[in-house]
Amino acid sequence: MTDLPGRPSRRGFLKGSVASAALLPLAVPAQAETLPDLPPLDQYKPQYLTAPEWAFVMAACARLIPSDGNGPGAIECRVPVFIDRQLAGAFGKAETWYMEGPFEPAADPRLGYQSPLTPAEVYRKAIPLFDAWCADHHGAGFAKLTAEKQDAALTSLQKGEVGLAPEQRDFFSLLLQNTKEGYFADPSHGGNYKMQAWVYIGFPGARGAFPEWAGRENVKYPLGPVALDGKRA
Amino acid sequence: MATRTDPKKDVVIIGLGWTGSILGMELAQDGLEILALERGADRNTVPDFQYPDAFDELKYGIRYGLMQKPAQSTLTVRRNLTETALPYRHLGAFLPGDGVGGAGVHWNGQSWRPLEVEYRLKSYVEEAFGANIMPEGMQIQDWGVTAAEMEPFMNKFERVAGISGKAGNIKGQIQEGGNPFEAERSEDYPLPPLKNTWDSELFADAASKLGYHPFPRPSANASRAYVNDYGMQLGPCNYCGFCERFGCNNYSKSSPQVCILDALKRKPNFAYKTRCEVLKIEKAQDGKTATGVTYFDENSGDTVFQPADVVLVCAFSLHNVHLLLLSGIGQPYDPVSGEGVVGRNYAYQMTGGTGLWFKDKVFNPFVGTGSGGMSIDDFSIGQIDFAKEGFIGGSYITGSHTGGRPIQQLSMPPGTPSWGAGWKQAAGDWYGHNMSIGSHGSNMSYRDCYLDLDPTYKDRHGRPLMRMTFDWKPNDIRMTQFMKGKIEEIARSLKPDKISAGYKADGSHFDVRPYQSTHNVGGAVMGTDPKTSAINRYLQSWDCHNVWVMGASAFPQNTQYNPTGPLGGLAYWAAEALRKDYLKSPRPLM
Repeated sequence: MTDLPGRPSRRGFLKGSVASAALLPLAVPAQAETLPDLPPLDQYKPQYLTAPEWAFVMAACARLIPSDGNGPGAIECRVPVFIDRQLAGAFGKAETWYMEGPFEPAADPRLGYQSPLTPAEVYRKAIPLFDAWCADHHGAGFAKLTAEKQDAALTSLQKGEVGLAPEQRDFFSLLLQNTKEGYFADPSHGGNYKMQAWVYIGFPGARGAFPEWAGRENVKYPLGPVALDGKRA
Repeated sequence: MATRTDPKKDVVIIGLGWTGSILGMELAQDGLEILALERGADRNTVPDFQYPDAFDELKYGIRYGLMQKPAQSTLTVRRNLTETALPYRHLGAFLPGDGVGGAGVHWNGQSWRPLEVEYRLKSYVEEAFGANIMPEGMQIQDWGVTAAEMEPFMNKFERVAGISGKAGNIKGQIQEGGNPFEAERSEDYPLPPLKNTWDSELFADAASKLGYHPFPRPSANASRAYVNDYGMQLGPCNYCGFCERFGCNNYSKSSPQVCILDALKRKPNFAYKTRCEVLKIEKAQDGKTATGVTYFDENSGDTVFQPADVVLVCAFSLHNVHLLLLSGIGQPYDPVSGEGVVGRNYAYQMTGGTGLWFKDKVFNPFVGTGSGGMSIDDFSIGQIDFAKEGFIGGSYITGSHTGGRPIQQLSMPPGTPSWGAGWKQAAGDWYGHNMSIGSHGSNMSYRDCYLDLDPTYKDRHGRPLMRMTFDWKPNDIRMTQFMKGKIEEIARSLKPDKISAGYKADGSHFDVRPYQSTHNVGGAVMGTDPKTSAINRYLQSWDCHNVWVMGASAFPQNTQYNPTGPLGGLAYWAAEALRKDYLKSPRPLM
């Protein structure tokens, strides 16, 4: 008989009964564990983003989901790592998208994405253009602005007021969507470090079985999250 | 074109989702040599949906791991006859499935039967209200089959799929706690209803107090262990909250894999090939039959001609229509002259929803199933005075949730900033404090909503993409606005702290970006008149009698319900016509 990690077994129960109070060992697998630290973000070597792009993504993420207030920020959750890895992979390359021409990037947005650029190319083209706009309107590139001016610049970007060509008009929506994805996706994708975002909102991750919880009224689920690799926070 | 011709089969099946699996299983019992061609990958519960890998929201819920890849297959979209259609470059509004099991892998499992009047909608409207209430351009039709004729076949599908629910009308006797407005059924569902989550109970209580008739939504998530007529087994649902967009790790969600395929694969006269995309159905010289299909085998790079006596078109509804158009089977529909049938009467689904937020209520939204919840049918198609309300249509209304996956399903009250400190604070404040009440409604067919071949864009084989011309119409917008009023009355009676509305309104145009529904129907509709239908009431092509076209492409307009129930029932209905009549004497049955 094999003890599976994270699962109470008969043998585990028997071993636990001998060692300590009955029932206690059964609860242990459900509880949080100490998760290993990763090297700090400034030691991360981006797979896709250049140094200035990385500096922009770090600065933008820090405003889109800031660190102050309740809950972790995008930086503590290592969202920039997630974005870099996504842009280096199938998503960044639009591998599953239909990317045959002719392209009409200025079409009614309701007809969907019509840029000839992949998401990775949108980041590459839009970041220097937006940085130049920030320099013109706020006196410095985005990463060097104060938090207040960064928020104002991001608001202008969101409203489509920074003069990006139609090919790059989805830049802000991609950036915001990718930031939220990195905040909430399983940590194996590079963000949501130590499942902090899941802990914050109360999402239990990949537990995957709640048959006894259907129908309970106004009782908060007590267990913390589990990641795809079996780790618990 | 073909680099190889293979030995002839009795039957070739295009697409191995629900309808292909059903037809394969039924016809295999007669000893026919059957080959199914599936253009996507093979998929099995283990390893493809196993724990924990299936619980990756980013991979499956957001990056659409189980869905069709537009790079391999997509279409173009425009809203009217004068606009230039542009490609649906990445998925959004609808999510066709891909691979063995098709959309039957990633669906919610909301499994309904159409109402009695929905099968004969045009006749019903004319009899009850007069033909003059139909707005200009509306093109609704009768199906050519009745609820009574379909009942045994709907029942067969529900028994194979192991549907959980509570009957409301058994042989004319109204059943307490079921849907009193449903079409008469011969017996109860094979499984009892799922357990309710608290939000569903709150909705049902509020609806009851207003005099409505709540009942458990019929569900293809098994409430208990079950063995179906093919000996396939389902396990009880775990309420895992990773249902729609995901494969089920627990053998609980009815799918072709769980309900049919492992039994079918044991039949020595059945074979299937994956990564084999049918390019064309080949017609005989006289044009009255098909000789087989030509397909591209991605495994070998070969283009293969597969001769067959019978061709069963069992792909997703949109692909069925595309293949008929590419193969020249049936006259393409022309919206100007109104002539032609292939592509005619494409329709979609009109849905809406009201969000409710409560500071003092905790819902644990991650405890959910794809198709649980409580519904009411008090505003269904048969219960509304169309002349008085000024629209033709109806909706079922449900209080439920399917999960609490945070990237897709974190729901914030109106006025929440989309980013920044306010967004983060709201995420912590409101996750788990939200419930919703949704309407799931009909969409009528119209003269200028149709499918044809795009003049510009091509697929990877050099074939024209299909072009969808579709927009929302005032009739259907009035219907959904009517539902908004009814739902908000229920919602306000629950006294939420915050409330939001998401309904199409005057001036709404079709937007391909946000997910709305994968209930794309019509385009190869069934009927009794070859001038207005591509296939007859047995789903047999009027033009090539050995070509049969399954799926929701047969619906002449959309019902107010999810399409899988009736497309499953229609597959059994067609299988019976094939087995008891056609195969003994191949000919046009009408």
